[in-house]
Amino acid sequence: MIDKKQIKEKSIDPTVHQMLERAESLGIETAWDRYEAMQPLCGFGELGVCCRNCNMGPCRISPFEDTGPQKGICGATADIIVARNLIRMIAAGAAAHSDHGRDLAHTLLMTAEGKSSGYEIKDQTKLIALANEYNIPVTDRTKEAIALDLAKAVYAEFGKQEGFLQFTRRAPEKRIKRWQKFGIDPRGVDREIVEIMHRTHIGVDNDPVNLILQGLKASIADGWGGSTIATEISDVLFGTPAPVRSQANLGVLKEDHVNIIVHGHEPVLSEMIVAAAGETDLINLSQKNGATGINVSGICCTGNEICMRHGIPMAGNFLQQELAIITGAVDAMIVDVQCIMPSLGPISECFHTKIISTSPKAKFPSATHIEFHEEHGIETARKIVRTAIENYTNRSPEKVMIPDQKTDCMVGFSTEAIINALGKTSDPLIDAIKSGSVKGIAGVVGCNNPKIKHDHGHVALVNELIKNNVLVATTGCNAMACAKEGLLLPESAKMAGDGLKAVCQQLGIPPVLHMGSCVDISRILTLCAAIANKLDVDISDLPVAGAAPEWMSEKAVSIGAYVVSSGIYTVLGTIPPVLGGKLVTEILTKTANDVVGAAFAVETDPVKGASLMIAHIDKKREALGI
Amino acid sequence: MQEQKEIFVKIDRCVGCRSCTIACAVAHSESNSLFGAISEKPMPKSRVYVEWVPPDRKVPLVCRNCDEAPCMSACICGAISRNEQGIPITDRDKCIGCWTCVMVCPYGVIGRHQETHKAYRCDRCPDRDIPACVEACPTKAMVYETVEAYSESMRKHASIEISRSDKG
Repeated sequence: MIDKKQIKEKSIDPTVHQMLERAESLGIETAWDRYEAMQPLCGFGELGVCCRNCNMGPCRISPFEDTGPQKGICGATADIIVARNLIRMIAAGAAAHSDHGRDLAHTLLMTAEGKSSGYEIKDQTKLIALANEYNIPVTDRTKEAIALDLAKAVYAEFGKQEGFLQFTRRAPEKRIKRWQKFGIDPRGVDREIVEIMHRTHIGVDNDPVNLILQGLKASIADGWGGSTIATEISDVLFGTPAPVRSQANLGVLKEDHVNIIVHGHEPVLSEMIVAAAGETDLINLSQKNGATGINVSGICCTGNEICMRHGIPMAGNFLQQELAIITGAVDAMIVDVQCIMPSLGPISECFHTKIISTSPKAKFPSATHIEFHEEHGIETARKIVRTAIENYTNRSPEKVMIPDQKTDCMVGFSTEAIINALGKTSDPLIDAIKSGSVKGIAGVVGCNNPKIKHDHGHVALVNELIKNNVLVATTGCNAMACAKEGLLLPESAKMAGDGLKAVCQQLGIPPVLHMGSCVDISRILTLCAAIANKLDVDISDLPVAGAAPEWMSEKAVSIGAYVVSSGIYTVLGTIPPVLGGKLVTEILTKTANDVVGAAFAVETDPVKGASLMIAHIDKKREALGI
Repeated sequence: MQEQKEIFVKIDRCVGCRSCTIACAVAHSESNSLFGAISEKPMPKSRVYVEWVPPDRKVPLVCRNCDEAPCMSACICGAISRNEQGIPITDRDKCIGCWTCVMVCPYGVIGRHQETHKAYRCDRCPDRDIPACVEACPTKAMVYETVEAYSESMRKHASIEISRSDKG
């Protein structure tokens, strides 16, 4: 017996309700079922007090003094274990973002050398701007020659041993001074990640404070290093996003089309798939197979990437990946890296859907593996699209159930696009903030997590912010949640407070600006740095705040750490595994203010989370005397 | 009256994760939540213990709810009596902290509350359908069943084993 009421509690999205009912009637298990089966969650894990870093253990510290051990076998206290575990999460998150950045640097290098197939340097303005940052000569040089030098320069940032990362120098001088004072100005991206692994090995860094500082250092190398490289080089290769209209939610799938979903993170793959799916030969082939055409859509950040550059619709966010297959209408789901559930293979076996893995780094036992390399980028993409088209004939029409819901959205607000929308200068935004019609800016980002009613955390928090005249910059799964709710439309300015509404209506922009994928949080950093530099203050002086209402991934931990390290107060909507360490909790929520001028807060109620952010913004406004 | 259920342990299933001990302490805290319980004073206490038998056996132990409970007859102040559910409970007002109950308990599952100087033990979680430790066990090593139902399941298991060996 399907409990509809219980299903409604899992998400605010009607497509999720419909697909979960279907899953239940077909006996298909989803993340929500597995979440329930996992209850109760392990308390040691929730508190972060278990350690598996050596083989004397595994050890776990009892949170109750006389109920069990208070120290690991090596003597590590709860705080040492919690700090080590936390910064290992940062290392993993920074590694993921930075490897994404490295892949883009590699694509740029191969393209500059003429060794890639299907890629070109699309944004010369950005290429030159970046070359200038690196002091690469640009006059009388071909774009390929400049790109080659730039590719080598950004590639070198990963393996750099000494010095600093160039893009960190976009931060205000006061910020850099702070980082230097506390020894957290990163030297090289990989070096800081490796140093975390070294320091958390048995018997190395046994000081929770020192451990956390290294965590912050690696996170800065992610945000201002690897992630910024990922964003900027993507713009050079595929174009800097500009506002474009699109649609979001499972309703973007089409019954009479070959449905291809690209899922994962790196535009290196998805850009080629989009290009191949637009080729006449392949469209003709799809028609020969009985389809009307080819319909590409995206899930997770790869969805954000192609949506903001091409207006390709977004099928859904993280927790909808299984549901997309359950529509029975997806002919191929093409995946690369990050946030791709291992459950997709088994679920796809209930339908005709082919899961096509493409990265040598990420294989799935029941997937078709078509390895993707830039040398044969477009050719491989054609092969993948052809595989999807051929699979269309295996689709059983009686198994197809596509939800109706899809919502219009306006996406593609890169920093450059925002400045353009403002009339080529950030002054109107700064004036609006000064006058108070825009109270401040909030970056709202992050994942989905079955611990929180799907999308409710995102939408309730964002609604509360715009109602209070806080302009929202969104990326990742929050961006998709907002898109599905219609918050990314200029028309939704009517949901905003009077001040923000007037500004949005005047500029024709939505109150929630889609800035891209999760690596594109670097765009929010760049925007904050530009505003701070203009006002000659530090980022921590600005009326800005961050939030990750439904976060779950290690990448999100790294993001949270670099946002706080950049001076931005950040509210987490799910409880991080740190509460078992009282000192660590104190550092993250209070003492961090003395080091980086910002700290974390945890609030599982999204409306209360928004109130914390608004109170913080008000405090910063008061300090600035505006 | 409904047949009394007991906590049984399938020792071969215990992996020694101590999830039961955390769940027990949280169930006996003021806030009834993990994140609240860890900062309570006095610290909530677990009534279940996980002992190690080298080289690789882990044994969760909890009050066996003995029918002829030695602790009840040994208590010099008559502080231990059975509640409505038939569970031996120590009346904290009567307990003088002489630890005789601890001395005679064959399982060593009665604890000393450092702050209140009173004895404490498993109360089978009176407010819950299933005791917190049983519910928390990720491997289902702890089972909450009537003696009859548990022994029946053991008989079934044994029958299968016997018939298998009979086939040779």
